[in-house]
Amino acid sequence: MRVLFKQSYDQDIRIAKHRGHLIWYGLLLLSTLCAPLFVGSFYLGELSRVMILALAGLGLMFVTGFTGQVSLGHAAFVAAGAYANAWALSRGWPSLAAIPFAGFVSMLCGLAVAVPASRMSGIYLAIGTLAFAIIVEDGIIKLDGITGGNRGMAVEAPVFLGFRMWESWQLYYLCLFVLVACIFAVLNFMRSPVGRAMIAVRDSEVSARSLGVKVARTKIFAFAVSAAITGFAGALFSHYLQFISPEIFGVVLSIQLLLMIVVGGLGTVHGAIFGAALVGLLETGINLAKDYLPPGIGSQPGLEPLLFGIILVGFILFEPQGVYGRWVKIRSYFELFPLYRRKTFVRQRSYLKTDRMQ
Amino acid sequence: MTDFLQLLIVGISQGCIYGLIALGFVLIYKATEMVNFAQGEMMVVGSFIAWTFVVGMGFNFWVGLSAAMVVMAVFGFLLDAAVVRRIIGQPQFSVVILTIGIGIILRAGSGMVWGNQPLTMPTPFPGNSEFFGAVVGNERLAIIGTTVLLIGGLVLFFRCSRWGVALMASSQNQLAALYSGIPVRFVFSAVWAGAAVISTIAGTMLAPITLIEPLNSFLGIKAFAAAVIGGFHSITGAIAGGVLIGVVEAFAGAYLPGARETIGYIIMFAVLIAWPGGLFGRAHRKKV
Repeated sequence: MRVLFKQSYDQDIRIAKHRGHLIWYGLLLLSTLCAPLFVGSFYLGELSRVMILALAGLGLMFVTGFTGQVSLGHAAFVAAGAYANAWALSRGWPSLAAIPFAGFVSMLCGLAVAVPASRMSGIYLAIGTLAFAIIVEDGIIKLDGITGGNRGMAVEAPVFLGFRMWESWQLYYLCLFVLVACIFAVLNFMRSPVGRAMIAVRDSEVSARSLGVKVARTKIFAFAVSAAITGFAGALFSHYLQFISPEIFGVVLSIQLLLMIVVGGLGTVHGAIFGAALVGLLETGINLAKDYLPPGIGSQPGLEPLLFGIILVGFILFEPQGVYGRWVKIRSYFELFPLYRRKTFVRQRSYLKTDRMQ
Repeated sequence: MTDFLQLLIVGISQGCIYGLIALGFVLIYKATEMVNFAQGEMMVVGSFIAWTFVVGMGFNFWVGLSAAMVVMAVFGFLLDAAVVRRIIGQPQFSVVILTIGIGIILRAGSGMVWGNQPLTMPTPFPGNSEFFGAVVGNERLAIIGTTVLLIGGLVLFFRCSRWGVALMASSQNQLAALYSGIPVRFVFSAVWAGAAVISTIAGTMLAPITLIEPLNSFLGIKAFAAAVIGGFHSITGAIAGGVLIGVVEAFAGAYLPGARETIGYIIMFAVLIAWPGGLFGRAHRKKV
């Protein structure tokens, strides 16, 4: 068991709380940096996909997990980022301009939805963002001239300093870099006053307001940053797919992103990563297992969503804090070894309370 | 003028379908304060079961429909009693996620059992009727008639029957209802059963128009828009919202081709911007 002695006020907001953090996360970073040396290009592609999902999940976590605003429309921001990136590359922009441009376009979309959404709450917000995503999907089909409509649009490979990056390991490093940068950005946001304000809004709007937090402004900020991060994910996703069409960014993707962060663990950065890893592993695992299953079961198109649904329902019923919550419990079981009590983790905070007048 | 009338009737009948699905949302929300995102999927499963009885086993249409309603009532009851009830008291967000998960399971499962190809079902209302020159299929008129009957029945049920009053009581204050001897758990499960039955009726009435396939469950999202416009609290609001969306869609299909699919969501988004709690609803501040 580790006991931390408080020696300075900065200790509370330090990103790495103790040396263990530095060592383990450093090792993790090192192993992801070295992965292309040992891993074949197929699994490298899968890893890139997991990192892209994690990035999109991080964006959604920012607004749903940290600010408590449920969004069922994040596929719209992925789409905005993907199309903006593809358009910019087709005009001959370098990736150093195209990817930030994708984030910027997506952030504008986020602002468009955030300003009205800052007045909605609970279920109305969820359904409002869902409607927004459907409208955006339809808008992409209608904007035939830029997006290619239903025919879709080919995406050129990323360009850095005049070099085309075709190889899968190059995309892998690009994804890794953007993901790590965004994780640091989110961690820094969360220890700054604006991040604390977001958490206050999540836990209780009334008490946040009475402490002087500008609730509407905080929500709009959270939506904008979340949309920008999701837009980066969209840009990388377009490179991963190399060909984008509107039906990729439908309601199903929005729901999948939400599922991911819930299964991973709501309200933590770890949750976004764990959720993406679980979803990515599951998809790859099912695709690999299909060859070994009897043909009657393996060839069913509904197998994957069915498993997703069962996992989702199982987590909500039995482990609402997700994979990360379970991991924390297991870890503290060993840390506190003979003294672990189940009641330690009884849930105290909730993210969305009843909206009915009592 | 005839075009106008025809579009109006087609729109109203389509809107009644949205309204019927939305009715299921509203019933569950009013009674148990849960939002059932799986309502569209329940509709699809209900219509598939009706298809199994009517086409697969060759029953009479009405017998098959009644049997499907019974099966779905049991299903809805057990769904609440076995799964949904477990998370009462947890944040609303969990309910949303849970019902989305149930919806995914139902959609994938029904695709596995009945296949993803659209199935056809005979209608007991063949032929067309004519009003002032507008020709309308009888199955559409049947939808409107069924909706009116159902609403009338529900309103009477809530006004006059003991169970209706018990349901309203338990939705207003669960603890007080429990103390006055109302079996609140049973009532909640019964509401889920009722919502499942209504969605079965909606799905079966819709079958002659759109065929039966798992993709129909996306109508649930439109019905959701109807319920939001109606404000989530009122039965008539749900039907009114549904009819509004249906009529606007029908006219948009005729005069604004291309906007047909999204116009309902655009209306809903506009309504939410203007009234963040729906047209007939009240926006609440969260408590500390």
